[in-house]
Amino acid sequence: MTPLLQVKGLTKRYGARIGCADVSFDLYPGEVMGIVGESGSGKSTLLNCLAGHLEADSGHVMFDTRAEGLRDVRAMSEPERRMLARTDWAFVHQNPRDGLRMGVSAGGNVGERLMAVGARHYGDIRAQAQDWLGRVEIAADRIDDRPTAFSGGMQQRLQIARNLVTGPRLVFMDEPTGGLDVSVQARLLDLLRGLVREMGLSAVIVTHDLAVVRLLAHRLMVMKSGHVVEAGLTDQVLDDPQHGYTQLLVSSVLQA
Amino acid sequence: MIEISNLSKNFVLHNQGGAVIPVMRDAALSVAPGECVGLIGASGAGKSTLMRMVYGNYLADRGVIRVGDVDVAQAAPREVLALRRATLGYVSQFLRVVPRVPTLDVVAEPLLALGVAREEALGRARDLLGRLNIPERLWPLSPTTFSGGEQQRVNIARGFAHGYPALLLDEPTASLDAANREVVLTLIEEAKARGAAILGIFHDEAARARVCTRVVDVTRFTPGLAA
Ligand SMILES: Nc1ncnc2c1ncn2[C@@H]1O[C@H](COP(=O)(O)OP(=O)(O)OP(=O)(O)O)[C@@H](O)[C@H]1O
Ligand SMILES: Nc1ncnc2c1ncn2[C@@H]1O[C@H](COP(=O)(O)OP(=O)(O)OP(=O)(O)O)[C@@H](O)[C@H]1O
Ligand SMILES: [Mg+2]
Ligand SMILES: [Mg+2]
Repeated sequence: MTPLLQVKGLTKRYGARIGCADVSFDLYPGEVMGIVGESGSGKSTLLNCLAGHLEADSGHVMFDTRAEGLRDVRAMSEPERRMLARTDWAFVHQNPRDGLRMGVSAGGNVGERLMAVGARHYGDIRAQAQDWLGRVEIAADRIDDRPTAFSGGMQQRLQIARNLVTGPRLVFMDEPTGGLDVSVQARLLDLLRGLVREMGLSAVIVTHDLAVVRLLAHRLMVMKSGHVVEAGLTDQVLDDPQHGYTQLLVSSVLQA
Repeated sequence: MIEISNLSKNFVLHNQGGAVIPVMRDAALSVAPGECVGLIGASGAGKSTLMRMVYGNYLADRGVIRVGDVDVAQAAPREVLALRRATLGYVSQFLRVVPRVPTLDVVAEPLLALGVAREEALGRARDLLGRLNIPERLWPLSPTTFSGGEQQRVNIARGFAHGYPALLLDEPTASLDAANREVVLTLIEEAKARGAAILGIFHDEAARARVCTRVVDVTRFTPGLAA
């Protein structure tokens, strides 16, 4: 099987400071990769380099494109990359305000993504938007409300609907359950797990919450000072950590 | 079906002065299809550690852990995940689930992950929950608020949902009443009869005597304890 994403030696510096250094991994279809590590360890930097939001200094991000197989995303033209971001990728921001258009209705937020990939029929677009709002448990009668009228948890669910409606193959998420209360987190987790299973979605998820990665991620990378210090099966890394930093991380938080 | 040889493991505690704790030295055992092998030995001898290594939950330092045609000690995470999905089941001592997911779905999930149709998977889940005497009114609820014994039975139902060719059982009858213990022992006997290779830990001696084909004393592999 071809990996969906193949990352080799990805490095990003901010001047003299290391953002992330020499990161390599493969991600296969249907796999969820978790990234954990302390604040400032380079998780968001890595995610943004993978998603093309930040220009890496060196390394390769190979993506299994539908038309031409493995291609180095960093070597693609800007329009090619933008097309990929619309059709095959999704990015869920920690703050839903960064991933939503706050002045557009909930239905519009979801529908405009469909239009961006060529949907034209108003009735179909609205029906699909409605269907996705239902999947993320936003009541049908809220379709014309703006996200400003939604709670934080609802906004996050709307952001997920907006991102997944086009059937992407790879989703990047930066702290998708951060700042949400525990019961809302649980709902989101359940939703994401169902989508991973039913759509064969692959995902790279940054979080500081070890309980979340245990339930959501198949595999785990632990970052410290920009470097991946340990990687493996999620439950193995959490239950039998090999690196001193991971041992500290696992023992210093409430049991995940 | 399960073939272990030269299996060794130390725990290294980096934040406690790098203390090295040897827990297993040159473990070897095998489990054939249709067999149930019981692990015995004093508390702390390494029974659960051995089982967790077979599941890929603990890393092996050295040795071979062959389950079907995969060497878990060497396999990439992706291969271990595939093995766990189709071939190797594990009933751990405690249930760990996503909060809010209904019990019926928790039990059906291993089948859904294998691509079994939803109705068929739910049918199998209902069947097992019924046999394990979980009242039907609890099926739509998340097991997170269930009693210890109920959670244990949900865990067992989940572990037996798919007919894994190899199965690991860590104390499956602990905290169960006589009637439910009987159901679990029957499930184990049925699994053996269909050819599953089972590795189990049973503190319950009568249960062990009834379902285990033979036992392996893990103390033989405990560094510093071996005769
Ligand atoms: N635009 C920037 N300019 C300079 N340094 C930056 C910039 N963005 C990030 N850094 C630095 O790079 C390092 C990694 O930051 P990053 O945001 O990737 O961390 P993180 O692991 O996502 O942390 P957190 O958990 O707090 O979100 C930090 O030392 C940070 O200060
Ligand atoms: N994650 C771990 N980190 C460090 N040491 C561990 C870890 N897991 C187990 N051990 C140690 O390994 C040894 C074997 O433990 P294990 O749990 O395998 O024993 P056991 O035979 O299952 O005992 P019991 O019958 O009490 O369940 C013990 O000394 C234990 O403290
Ligand atoms: Mg960050
Ligand atoms: Mg034990």
